[in-house]
Amino acid sequence: MINAGIVTVSYITATVLFILALGGLSHPETARRGNWFGIIGMAIALLATVLGVVTQHYALLVGALLIGGSIGLVLARRVQMTQMPELVAVLHSLVGIAAVAVGFANFMDPDKHFVGIELTIHDIETYLGILIGALTFSGSVIAFGKLSGRISGSPLLLPARHWLNLLLLLGAIWFGREFVLQSAAGGGMTPLVIMTIISLLFGIHMVMAIGGADMPVVVSMLNSYSGWAASATGFMLSNDLLIVTGALVGSSGAILSYIMCRAMNRKFLAVIAGGFGTGGGAAASGGGADQGEVVPIDAQETAALLAGAKEVMIVPGYGMAVAQAQHTVFEITRVLREKGVNVRFGIHPVAGRMPGHMNVLLAEARVPYDIVFEMDEVNDDFPEVDVSVIIGANDIVNPSAQEEPDSPIAGMPVLEVWKGATSIVLKRSMATGYAGVQNPLFFKENTRMLFGDAKETLDEVLKTL
Amino acid sequence: MRIGVPKETHAGERRVATTPEVATQLVKLGFSVAVESGAGAAASYSDEAYRGAGCEIIASKSELWERSDLVLKVRAPEGDEAAGLRADQTLISFVWPGQNPELLEQLTNSGATVLAMDSVPRISRAQKMDALSSMANIAGYRAIVEAAQHFGRFFTGQITAAGKVPPAKVLVIGAGVAGLAAIGAAKSMGAIVRSFDTRPEVKEQVESMDAEFLMLDFEDDEDGSGEGGYAKVMSAAFIEAEMALFAEQAKDVDIIITTALIPGKPAPKLITAEMVRSMRDGSVIVDLAAEQGGNCELTRPDEVVEANGVSIIGYTDLPSRLAAQSSQLYASNLRHLLTDMTPEKDGSIVVDFEDEVVRGATICKDGETTWPPPAPKLTAAPPKAEPAPAPVVEEKKPSVAGPIIATVVAGFALLGLGAVAPPSFMAHFTVFVLACFVGYMVIWNVTPALHTPLMSVTNAISSIIVIGALLQISSANNLIMWIAVATVLITSINIAGGFAVTRRMLEMFRK
Repeated sequence: MINAGIVTVSYITATVLFILALGGLSHPETARRGNWFGIIGMAIALLATVLGVVTQHYALLVGALLIGGSIGLVLARRVQMTQMPELVAVLHSLVGIAAVAVGFANFMDPDKHFVGIELTIHDIETYLGILIGALTFSGSVIAFGKLSGRISGSPLLLPARHWLNLLLLLGAIWFGREFVLQSAAGGGMTPLVIMTIISLLFGIHMVMAIGGADMPVVVSMLNSYSGWAASATGFMLSNDLLIVTGALVGSSGAILSYIMCRAMNRKFLAVIAGGFGTGGGAAASGGGADQGEVVPIDAQETAALLAGAKEVMIVPGYGMAVAQAQHTVFEITRVLREKGVNVRFGIHPVAGRMPGHMNVLLAEARVPYDIVFEMDEVNDDFPEVDVSVIIGANDIVNPSAQEEPDSPIAGMPVLEVWKGATSIVLKRSMATGYAGVQNPLFFKENTRMLFGDAKETLDEVLKTL
Repeated sequence: MRIGVPKETHAGERRVATTPEVATQLVKLGFSVAVESGAGAAASYSDEAYRGAGCEIIASKSELWERSDLVLKVRAPEGDEAAGLRADQTLISFVWPGQNPELLEQLTNSGATVLAMDSVPRISRAQKMDALSSMANIAGYRAIVEAAQHFGRFFTGQITAAGKVPPAKVLVIGAGVAGLAAIGAAKSMGAIVRSFDTRPEVKEQVESMDAEFLMLDFEDDEDGSGEGGYAKVMSAAFIEAEMALFAEQAKDVDIIITTALIPGKPAPKLITAEMVRSMRDGSVIVDLAAEQGGNCELTRPDEVVEANGVSIIGYTDLPSRLAAQSSQLYASNLRHLLTDMTPEKDGSIVVDFEDEVVRGATICKDGETTWPPPAPKLTAAPPKAEPAPAPVVEEKKPSVAGPIIATVVAGFALLGLGAVAPPSFMAHFTVFVLACFVGYMVIWNVTPALHTPLMSVTNAISSIIVIGALLQISSANNLIMWIAVATVLITSINIAGGFAVTRRMLEMFRK
């Protein structure tokens, strides 16, 4: 209905709008507008394609769009903020499976005419799109299972798993070669299917080997893959909009993975290789030496401490999400702020199960974002803090990251809560955190332990306040 | 078991071994609690309050002692009290077995189990039962209150319309629990506080309270830390330097609080009559070591002495002068001990000699003296770290070779690609590389707080892959068409879901 030039212009407009959408996220104020840019960009791209490229099957197309769209809207409305990582994982898997489907459909399309080097390049593009798509799909499904607790969060460590990975990789390359050769002769479906299965297995195996607290890295890595899958599909279809959007998403995910790895002072490859705290011998030590005794505290005393403080820092971790304690935390914050206590939140980049997880939870509980700070913004202020409340966090406040050079988490940036006057640690038991390292913070003289379910104990604190 | 709390018999003693608040908690542990009529009166706890906490009030002292399985007291038992103790009874109180060998013998002979609160070992776990620290804290605070009472001036400095008021200068000798409490109290009243201690590790604690730590001009690094966190006797040369410091300080300060004690020894004489003479008229000395002979030569226990215009306070009952507070802390110390000794919470205590705290506190049991206990395994002060040779830090220079090789390899790969690839591919490739850089620049600007919305929005826009399906949906091939329809369905879930959930999240971010 409209000519190719207009379609291209629409694609350029969409590209610009997508970039603006991501750029808007630099601040909460502009982020809402940015999201609208994204929606408009997507609408323009869809409309241009439907009007300019599609020639028949409109009913099916609109039906699929409507059904899919309604499912998406319902999901988005129903999901609880604590389940955000699961939702994101599910959405990633959909992008992955879509890339696989588009790749196969494109391969089966009898209308394409390539010869020589163009065919080889096109085959490699198809092959890569399907490979990354399949990997994203199976990896995201496993990540979803782990995040929602359907699959155990502890890393599954098969014997010789690095060799297995290598074997799978070599297999993928060999079948890739086979595929290109056979495709030139008019076939190639068999190696393509085998390779798809290999990369599905690879995705499963890779995520199974990664433990719960490395999930922020995994989720952002899968985010990145879904982008690269879209980009490879764009190459396959010679479509710049897909290439650009995929590259944007891919680099976004890659940067997030990098930020997460840096926040844990770990190498990206080490995270992907999986099995933290089990290899390398030195791990899980540090609990051997007698650390001294912990000093428990009860809810009433906690309330009294908080009410008497001027500067309060709250450090939430995954435990807060598990206990669904964020609303109580906000109520306590509100009461304290009304009393003139300066309450702030200190967020470690890897707190929770995905990047920015804690910020979303606190935002859901209506905590104003201007009292929620990043680790680097508040770490120097701890000496002036009267009371730090650590809710369900462990490794991110572990002083041994700075004090013990042979600790498994040595060098990881941590929130220096122990420099404050008093730290109150809310915890269910004395169990170690994800890294399996004992936390000397609990034994410090100015630390008090408030044992029990975070929600219940905080409710009690709130009542006392 | 039945707990009995008698009225203290020692003259002038106002404290009581349990308070109504603590009694409720003891009842929760399964004990029944009986209190002698009027036991808490001097500490402002009425019989009525005890009754309200579920205690039985017994008028007669002898009946109370007779009917109790476990007797809680503050002071060591005196006269009849010790004599009436039976073999099936347990007594917990201060005893000071080292200073009172006859009493220890008498208690041993009675066959009863006796735990001395003064013998609770000074280990971290027992801090909550450390009655000596509780009492020392109160004594330190009260010492400042007493000093203020006898000092004819403000503690704080002021500039008033009528003229300037200089702040009082307070010297606290010995920065143990009492010393630190005194520093805190004096500081909060506005005085300039200095402190001296032979143990250098307390310097940090003193400075953390905003007081000045006085250093000795002394060559050797002599460390006064003895076992169990107490001080020890110092060398003659050290003492000489120390005395010179005090003599100099005495001329300058208005108030001196002395808290220097060495376990099992008479208190060291730190403030000589000469120094007292050098102090300004109206100055005050509070000697917390009066009971052990005093740190000041002129101190007389339980009295206030005036010498050369200087008041020297030698009260030995400072905790008792803050009876409600000290009763409450002491009762809490007792409760923590009893909680540990009642593992089943069934109201019957277990004297478990495997427990280091109980072993240390128990001075006699079943007719045998179990004091002094074997040396504690841990001391309050951490073992001194040997000054280790500074580890040679190997500076790892990031290798330049790696990045160079990578760049070269990448360069050749690109050249190879450029050599064989058709121009249309290179055009797309250019777009791709540029897009990666744009993405890189844009994403670093995203605030970390919005990382989750970033993921969901990138998720939504990565379903632009729907375009691929739309290109295929018009295919004549039915299989391809249906695959495309399914893909459109899947991706539209993603588009709608991704944008909607992002919107929902961003709505929640507010000031």
